[in-house]
Amino acid sequence: MDTESTYSGYSYYSGRSRGSHRHGERSRDRHKSRSKDSRSEKSVTINTPPAEPLLGDSSVRGEQVQDDNWGETTTAITGTSEHSLSQEDIVRITKDLEDSVGLDCRRYFTLTLAVILGLLVFLTPLAFLVLPHLLWPEKLQGCGTACEGLFISVAFKLLILLLAVWALFFRPPRAGLPRVFVFRALLAVLVVLFVLSYWLFYGVRILDSQDENYQGIVQYAVSLVDALLFIHYLAIVLLELRQLQTCFSVCVTRSTDGETRHYNLGQLSIQRAALAILENYYSDFPVHNPALLSASKSRAAKHLAGLKVYNVDGPGNNATAGMAHSQSRAMIAAAAHRRDASHNELYYEEAGHERRVRKRKARLVVAVEEAFTHIKRMQEEEQKKAPGDVMDPREAAQAIFPSMARALQKYLRTTKQQHCHSMESIQQHLAFCITNNMTPKAFLESYLTPGPTLQYSRDHWLARHWTLISEASVTSGLRDGSIFLLKCVDFSLVVTCKKIPYIQMSEEYIDPKSHKFVLRLQSETSV
Amino acid sequence: MAFTPGQPVTAVVQRIEIQKLRQGDNLILGFSIGGGIDQDPGQNPFSEDKTDKGIYVTRISAGGPADEAGLRMGDKIMQVNGWDMTMVTHDQARKRLTKKNEDVVRLLVTRKSLEDAVRQSMTRP
Repeated sequence: MDTESTYSGYSYYSGRSRGSHRHGERSRDRHKSRSKDSRSEKSVTINTPPAEPLLGDSSVRGEQVQDDNWGETTTAITGTSEHSLSQEDIVRITKDLEDSVGLDCRRYFTLTLAVILGLLVFLTPLAFLVLPHLLWPEKLQGCGTACEGLFISVAFKLLILLLAVWALFFRPPRAGLPRVFVFRALLAVLVVLFVLSYWLFYGVRILDSQDENYQGIVQYAVSLVDALLFIHYLAIVLLELRQLQTCFSVCVTRSTDGETRHYNLGQLSIQRAALAILENYYSDFPVHNPALLSASKSRAAKHLAGLKVYNVDGPGNNATAGMAHSQSRAMIAAAAHRRDASHNELYYEEAGHERRVRKRKARLVVAVEEAFTHIKRMQEEEQKKAPGDVMDPREAAQAIFPSMARALQKYLRTTKQQHCHSMESIQQHLAFCITNNMTPKAFLESYLTPGPTLQYSRDHWLARHWTLISEASVTSGLRDGSIFLLKCVDFSLVVTCKKIPYIQMSEEYIDPKSHKFVLRLQSETSV
Repeated sequence: MAFTPGQPVTAVVQRIEIQKLRQGDNLILGFSIGGGIDQDPGQNPFSEDKTDKGIYVTRISAGGPADEAGLRMGDKIMQVNGWDMTMVTHDQARKRLTKKNEDVVRLLVTRKSLEDAVRQSMTRP
């Protein structure tokens, strides 16, 4: 992929639309994003897409020229709609290649910058203190206990600063984001400017004039360390605390089957919000099962296959938009005339499927319960009795697995989950349940309901590479009504954002003595 | 029979005189009353205005003194022997009707048909 033009193209597009003023950072972006990001298996990489117009009108442009001989000369590439595994295999292979081949330039560049900055920050106060002793030791006034007190305070403040910076900044990175982290960049720039200005002042006022007042120099160094601690406080507030207060509610929908979840987020940039959403995606959304979507696809295919629209006049006629309109109108009219019984089919098919699933589930539950009764945890005193029959959990699982294997396999086939669970994983899970004294129902829970993606084996975390598609710049903050997409190979997550409204609360006092009641009577007396 | 609070109530009334009948130790009149300012006016089935807390005749025993005197079910009692019955509690109404030293009660009652009759006679030339 042409990474260079891709990134620069997109950043130009966003720059034109946003009128952003951060030119310096964009040039830094181009330097940093020179090679593709790929990293260790646990992280998620989000890349910005190639610069395509987001309204999707590229399809219209493609249909304008029709070559009647195209069927003979092109080679067809199949295997993406029903057997999506082949596409994912390709993606996985390319990712593995990149993992093994390349160093991560961007990440290491950032790391070296950070280390250099850290060294600069830590060595500056020490340099301020040591340089006078090296350069003009004979002119220096000795300083007494006040100075030594200041030395101790510098030492401890530097230690605290070291620990705080380690805690805040040197955590293992969770993901590679497409754009630079704006607040971090700003803070780094601030620190650099700050330290440079201190050096400037030191160089001009102290080194040049060879100031003898050592206590003043020590106090100067102490003030630098204090200011650095305050900058660290600013970093905590900007990077960590600001987004803790929730003010947006985002609605995340999966495009293939409509699974929707809602999350509350604080004021984040779009790329960080996307990262937070993806981390929640892996634990909240049930696993994506492409086999469940084949029914609706076949129905859609049947709708289209019933009618064929032929263009008798040939290509290159009037405007393509007009042709498309008349085509679709003709199809809709024809479909309305045809008496379609597909809703009937759907109803009976679904009812039949429900019954089949329930029957298989009943058989499965009975088989598993019976299998579990064959196993008993051995007590301590029985240990001497029959050493020959003693099994560890793995062997116990292998022993009782065959009696339930058939029922389980049939159930998984009916619910179209058979590709999610391999024989090995089922046996492992069984051994795990036996070890932890779980009941048959607990063992079955992971097969009866599709769990979150985290639950399945590593090769089912099929999407480690996500693409963030957004009309607004990804470093801009979330706003009410912002919409963006997170695309992976099989599906995409559509995210819409709504602002939590300002709540005006008022109080009302009710005196506890004011709760009084009367009886509502209607009596009748005879006189 | 609507009334506005604070304004004098006007109604077309009928004068009914009932002789109390002695039954053992009691003097009975032969009807039942409902309503009163301490009761729930919404449950009164006979009143037109469901906020009317007056005393209504809810039941008349057949053949009793009230029935013979011409009292009808659903009548609103406005006065008993000169005592006002439009703003009394249920118990006060009962007491005014069952005084042991009185043999006769003279009631002023009103009902919807009376008003209609008067209106009809006024519009007819």
